[in-house]
Amino acid sequence: MIEKYNMPDERGHFGPYGGIFVAETLMPPIQELNAAYQQYLKDPEFIAELDADLKYYVGRPSPLYHAERWSRELGGAQIYLKREDLNHTGSHKINNTVGQALLAKRMGKTRIIAETGAGQHGVATATVAARLGLECVVYMGAVDVARQSLNVYRMKLLGAKVVAVESGSKTLKDALNEALRDWVTNVDNTFYIIGTVAGPHPYPAMVRDFQAIIGRECRQQCQEATGRLPDALVACVGGGSNAIGLFYSFIEDESVKMYGVEAAGDGIATGRHSAPLCAGRPGVLHGNRTYLMADDDGEIIETHSISAGLDYPGVGPEHAWLKDTGRATYVNITDTEALEGFYALTLMEGIIPALESSHAMAYTMKLAPTMNKDDIIIVNLSGRGDKDMQTMAKREGIEL
Amino acid sequence: MSRLAAKFEELAKTGRKALIPFITAGDPRPDFTVPMMHAMVKAGVDVIELGVPFSDPMADGPVIQRASERALAHKMSLRRTLEIAAEFRKSDQLTPVVLMGYLNPIEAMGYEGFANAAQRAEIDGVLTVDLPPEEGLECSTLLKARGIDPIFLLAPNSNDERVKKMDAAGSGYIYYVSLKGVTGAGHLNPADVKNKLQQIRANTRLPVAIGFGVKDAQTAKTIAEIGDGVVIGSALISIIEANLDDPEQAKNKIVELLASIRQALDSVRMTEGGGLKTENNLQSPVRHPLSSVNGAYE
Repeated sequence: MIEKYNMPDERGHFGPYGGIFVAETLMPPIQELNAAYQQYLKDPEFIAELDADLKYYVGRPSPLYHAERWSRELGGAQIYLKREDLNHTGSHKINNTVGQALLAKRMGKTRIIAETGAGQHGVATATVAARLGLECVVYMGAVDVARQSLNVYRMKLLGAKVVAVESGSKTLKDALNEALRDWVTNVDNTFYIIGTVAGPHPYPAMVRDFQAIIGRECRQQCQEATGRLPDALVACVGGGSNAIGLFYSFIEDESVKMYGVEAAGDGIATGRHSAPLCAGRPGVLHGNRTYLMADDDGEIIETHSISAGLDYPGVGPEHAWLKDTGRATYVNITDTEALEGFYALTLMEGIIPALESSHAMAYTMKLAPTMNKDDIIIVNLSGRGDKDMQTMAKREGIEL
Repeated sequence: MSRLAAKFEELAKTGRKALIPFITAGDPRPDFTVPMMHAMVKAGVDVIELGVPFSDPMADGPVIQRASERALAHKMSLRRTLEIAAEFRKSDQLTPVVLMGYLNPIEAMGYEGFANAAQRAEIDGVLTVDLPPEEGLECSTLLKARGIDPIFLLAPNSNDERVKKMDAAGSGYIYYVSLKGVTGAGHLNPADVKNKLQQIRANTRLPVAIGFGVKDAQTAKTIAEIGDGVVIGSALISIIEANLDDPEQAKNKIVELLASIRQALDSVRMTEGGGLKTENNLQSPVRHPLSSVNGAYE
């Protein structure tokens, strides 16, 4: 088993995954970014500024909440929710954008770009850009612009320019393509804030390090509340940043099982899903080697999920590694099941989860009853459902 | 000696600049590409870069993105691109063909499987946009063992260390991306390119072809005065796109543009290699050794 976990290696490899697979023009800015990231992560002044921002601006630590009624109802393990939904801007995404924005400032960059799926990362980026007075351009697939119009409006209010991407499948992967094209064109003054633990090294490691505060807090909070470590961790996985954030501090603790929940869309068997770890194959996309949804010719397949934030054909390379080593288990939840999770948490605990996080809730509903009453599950409630009100109302045939 | 090395040696001897067109395999239709390749050879091109369509062409501008989409709509793939190259090779043994594309289709085929298939199709070079030398050693080694040149990119922001890295990892030629941006973007600045080429040449003896932002005979001529070859892609694909209902017309217009560029490039040679008196005589036998073969093909 893993005794001392120190992934990735110097060139960003998690076993065969990760690495740097980009066009030559991006190599210098990536090397520059890596140097800055290595330097500032050890810089006490930088860390102090980051910690202060996380406390006073983001509102950390986020609570670890014992969902007693829901636990009782499911009749198994005790369920604790890590309340990332209570962060400023409503999801875990801000942990990372606050960190990368501080880095951008230190590096003297004046322009921020980002890709976004559900719009949570876009909002979190527009937010920190507004605060630091940096120009901000957010790329978002045209399909996502339509289904997450509330977040589009939020980004615009925050002074960001939102570019609707019309190429390819018009979702998150195409937004990433377009952001990379912007970066390659404006490398000198632009900092690309990637929102998940994917992309070329150092992004998967850097975003993980900024999100790892989730698991660090959980470790301490769980000890305080229960006197011991949890038995299982559950988090949804699109690119996988909230999941890595939760898992990272527990990787060396063998007794803690880790479950990453992918989006099965209409069901794995239909092919209409977003579950590369469960039903994909290794390949290279967006700067790293990882599991992908691709056909036999290596062309990327269109993905499907009710949640825009999970609608992505790749996944962070560290998850690929954790899957292959067996340290984490990756499961999947269909759109229909995710909706059950959504309603359960809403009605049972008075907390409306994001559709992405609803996948983790739905899996918890399967897992908890199989465990003992004194077992502990920590579920990452990565975002709140406000942004999904239109989608949900529409499904229920209600005009808002 | 590889076909590419031989070609650049021959060009160097005669003081000529390489004209390197890029088209996407299967755009706008699979049956368009082989005749187009032969027609380009007749128009005087030296090397053909054949784009492998990919669903997510991250380094390409809208023109080449749409070319990929059109080709993929016809179920074009790396496998079928190799078939097209092999078909072309049947009646042209001399013109080097370089595959240009992204890594994932190669990953899907497996490096060794791909290297073998490329060898069977008599491919001469492989340029993989998102495979820098740091990650590319395994693939490059397999290609080199089969006489195929791995070709790498350099960019305006590449430092000496990276030029040396490409020199060590690559062969055939170096593709210098003349501007920061995607294919088909903006306008290049000849003075910048000239300065950069001095730095590149100080660190590699490989021929340098210059691309991105070359749109017409005038820019091609300016660039040819600096580099060893000129790559022209988006401008050709724009012609295909403007004539989707009449591919024959597209072919004729591309040939016309390439012929004008050929002429412009040769004028560079004339001013530079004033001592060469045989240039007009050289033109026919050296430039178009396949004209009779091509005639037969068409």
